[in-house]
Amino acid sequence: MYKVIVNVTLKDSILDPQGTTGLHALNALGFQDVKGMRVGKYFILMVNSANETYAKERAEEMCQKLLANPIIEKYSVDKVNFVGIGTNNLGGTP
Amino acid sequence: MKAAVLVFPGSNCDSDCFYVLNEVMGIPTQYIWHKDKNFPRVDLIILPGGFSYGDYIRAGVIAKALAPTMEALNRHIKEGRLVIGICNGFQILLEAGFLPGAMLRNRSLSFICKHIFLRTETTNSPFTRDCADQQILNLPIAHGEGNYFCDTDTLKLLQDGDRIAFRYSSEEGKLGDEFNPNGSVNHIAGILNEKRNVLGMMPHPERSSEAILSSEDGRKIWESLLG
Repeated sequence: MYKVIVNVTLKDSILDPQGTTGLHALNALGFQDVKGMRVGKYFILMVNSANETYAKERAEEMCQKLLANPIIEKYSVDKVNFVGIGTNNLGGTP
Repeated sequence: MKAAVLVFPGSNCDSDCFYVLNEVMGIPTQYIWHKDKNFPRVDLIILPGGFSYGDYIRAGVIAKALAPTMEALNRHIKEGRLVIGICNGFQILLEAGFLPGAMLRNRSLSFICKHIFLRTETTNSPFTRDCADQQILNLPIAHGEGNYFCDTDTLKLLQDGDRIAFRYSSEEGKLGDEFNPNGSVNHIAGILNEKRNVLGMMPHPERSSEAILSSEDGRKIWESLLG
């Protein structure tokens, strides 16, 4: 079982009012050192796969089909970690 | 004409659509539950507004995973029969690829619920043929993600193909950012597919088809369908 982390954000060419508003709020709270902010989504996927490459490939397919909309968003498969055989404990109640 | 309203978990304008078609316009209408195996053969399918699947991941995207329903909808469209997606229904049509483009959060980041004015941009469609040229319609909107976006090539396709059905405008039909409630590209409020038998629109004609609801302009769309 591989734990795969996927990040989805709006493309650079798309305005992100949530990011801009958050940036202004951070600046107002004294974080003058923050000069830019984008807000996105973070997915944790437990993928049953024999190897890391296949787990990553599957995550990319998932991004293309559901997790990201290529018209407005970009995605990155950021981390793939082996977490043992048969474990899928992500917390929460199924 | 026979119609059906396709209902997903989280749809909340399904009864309004059903009522207006059936009771106000006299169009025999039935519901289709999204898991129904037997898709009825009707002339018009409405994808109603609401929050199908809680708007999880992106508004409208989960519905596209319902393979049998999407295949049935695809057949319905390919056979030239009609579909209107209203609000969340429009978002579903975009995510499922029946119409081009995508929805972003409203420019203001706020959920907007108010009456706006639309300018009819084409009367060359089964949904708008009863409208006068550039007729102004007063309809309500109620959405958080109605900021229509498409790239410049797609916009050109829509413009050149006369596929923009409605734009947000002033009461006099003037276009401008001040009359565009959500930031949509080119003030777009509704678009058609290439074959002109699928309409997606953010405003709610079903909430403005009786005088008691302060506007009857939504009737123009139903009357166009009835011919």
